[in-house]
Amino acid sequence: MGSVIDVRSVSKQYRLGQVGTGTLAHDLNRWWHKIRSREDPYLKIGESNDRASKGKSKYSWALRNISFQVDQGEVLGIIGKNGAGKSTLLKVLSRVTSPTEGSIGVKGRIASLLEVGTGFHPELSGKENIFLNGAILGMSKTEITSKFDEIVDFSGCERYIDTPVKRYSSGMYVRLAFAVAAHLEPEILIVDEVLAVGDAEFQNKCLGKMQSVAGSGRTVIFVSHNMASISRLTNRCLLMQHGELNFDGPTSTAIESYLKSSRERSRNLTDISEVPRPPGCNHAASFLQIGFESEVTIFRIGQDIQLRTLIKANARVSRLRFQITVFSSDATPVGTSCSSDEFDLSQEEEFQAIVRLPTPRLAPGNYYCDVALLAGHSSEKGAVFDVVPEALHFEIESRPLGTDKVSHWNSAWGSVCFSDLIVRSQD
Amino acid sequence: MTLRGKSDSNSDEESNISSEHAPCDWDLVIKPRNAWWNFQLTEVWRYRDLLWLFVRRDFVSVYKQTILGPIWFFAQPLLTTTMFTVVFSGIAKIPTDGIPPMLFYLAGTTPWNYFSACLNKTSTTFITNAAIFGKVYFPRLISPLSVVISTLIQFGIQFILFLVFLIYYQNVGADISPDLLQIIFLTPPLLVLMGLLGLGTGIIISSLTTKYRDLTFLIGFGVQLAMYATPVIYPLSSVPQQHRWLILSNPMSSIIETFRSIFLGGEIPWHGLAISTSITLIILFVGVLMFNKVEKTFMDTV
Repeated sequence: MGSVIDVRSVSKQYRLGQVGTGTLAHDLNRWWHKIRSREDPYLKIGESNDRASKGKSKYSWALRNISFQVDQGEVLGIIGKNGAGKSTLLKVLSRVTSPTEGSIGVKGRIASLLEVGTGFHPELSGKENIFLNGAILGMSKTEITSKFDEIVDFSGCERYIDTPVKRYSSGMYVRLAFAVAAHLEPEILIVDEVLAVGDAEFQNKCLGKMQSVAGSGRTVIFVSHNMASISRLTNRCLLMQHGELNFDGPTSTAIESYLKSSRERSRNLTDISEVPRPPGCNHAASFLQIGFESEVTIFRIGQDIQLRTLIKANARVSRLRFQITVFSSDATPVGTSCSSDEFDLSQEEEFQAIVRLPTPRLAPGNYYCDVALLAGHSSEKGAVFDVVPEALHFEIESRPLGTDKVSHWNSAWGSVCFSDLIVRSQD
Repeated sequence: MTLRGKSDSNSDEESNISSEHAPCDWDLVIKPRNAWWNFQLTEVWRYRDLLWLFVRRDFVSVYKQTILGPIWFFAQPLLTTTMFTVVFSGIAKIPTDGIPPMLFYLAGTTPWNYFSACLNKTSTTFITNAAIFGKVYFPRLISPLSVVISTLIQFGIQFILFLVFLIYYQNVGADISPDLLQIIFLTPPLLVLMGLLGLGTGIIISSLTTKYRDLTFLIGFGVQLAMYATPVIYPLSSVPQQHRWLILSNPMSSIIETFRSIFLGGEIPWHGLAISTSITLIILFVGVLMFNKVEKTFMDTV
């Protein structure tokens, strides 16, 4: 049998809130109640530990009966929504915390990268931090010395290697930290979503490094929200949901089923009537609800983005227009679009609209958009009825599709991916 | 690669529940609890490079923070001993066995400061390292161990100060008789003993403080009070005979007394020293036990 990790019905329970973890005074009080055979003052008896009875139970199962095996040389992906238990699973695997039940057998040395630059000391130079970080991750001094040049080379920080890392840019910091971790030579490498930082070129380099790690017969466990890197790197994938292992199998099936589950969430319109609005809106008409019309929040390059929204007129409004402004995740405005159609609403009228932003050709990456209601005659005072900042978030996926030859977008290229160039020979 | 649905994996669990992982088949078995006798000392040894790098980090970061950095190590004992000389010797007229008060107090506070620094720093191990412990595994014992070693630097500086005073007072003909042979052979074991005692007590407290934060308040003034229960500012000989056992039950008492005897002259309390050693080992043992128990789950309670 070639499996190097064998997880057997592992569960992890957390106590919610402050119950049970209180101070000495609490425990003394509890003990005082106990010797008088009174009920525990901090624990209401008779509540079930069922996860479904949300908000009432004192315990939560972050992991429930997880069992799987990983073979040597395999690259295993783990996907799931926030709070599905992915990180907890990695923490248990990397011995940061112990499981409540079950056991895990491991063959070989595990190195985990749950965070980049764990234990980096800002006052120490890059060189000193390489040694410190390497040792924290379980390398011996001689091992680090033999890999030192490679690490510096990989990080591309050679010039700053004797500078304290507190003067590093965040990108350099991440590069150096990942470089150390990438040159560990453990039998099993556990990587949490750490590649999200750093530029595209470096992300690409990291993915390549992880691929080569796996190619050399070592095992990689990789958690990510980025479906493109998951599908590029792994063949097999675990899908976690509510602390349980929902699916274990081929990556493509797992991703499909993950996207299906996130669709269910996005189909519901979100209530945004309470979202704080910037000053300058007259609220003659305002947004009540908004959501994506499409089933997923991940779009292809050039795909139409459709929203569904419910608005309400608080007064009689005429010549109402919609506006969508798109920002990249670093808050850089990308572009805006306004409806040419105008609507008239009578007082108290509710209006459900489907708003389509045609072929925006956004580059791969994460975006959000502000939505606004404007009056058609924008030169007049009070032309803005309502603005909802950061109303919706979405992602443009980086998988090459159709004519898009560029699989990895360099952020230096901007946020708009023009149509393909047309080149003809001149004769 | 097999495709397994949810129901499939459930049946898997049932078949696995009874079969524990046999340690012989695996390099490492992660279980809810470790056996209580598993001290993981081999693990600590494997990570010895990390220990030295932590010591180095502590040293460099203290040194780099301020220009005055190491000078504070001089200033602190100088000011305290001056204050002690004025208050306890000058005003309260507590005897110092005929030794110059300044030197007497320095001989007490130098080792005491080392012990109390070890205790104070190790007692917050889990809380101060929560961020790093939450992200990566290494034997947690490395952290308090590195503290005990890096605190030696602070001790070294204060020790030099003490030696300067010692040489000065000997030259002006004070009534002291340092025994060079004993200094060379007894100082290192005394340091080890103090370090281990500080470590043991510190990790007991740090194990408890993950759950009971209240104890951190206790430790702050507790260590200060403990100094008065230790013959730091008074000689053991000034304690009435019938109360002496009380002071001697404090393992630090014999250590401080011994330290003073070898540098300033006097009887070495061998008997008390043996008791201190045993108490230290017991505290250390209990500490490591508790520490190992807490390190498995402290991330959930800290």
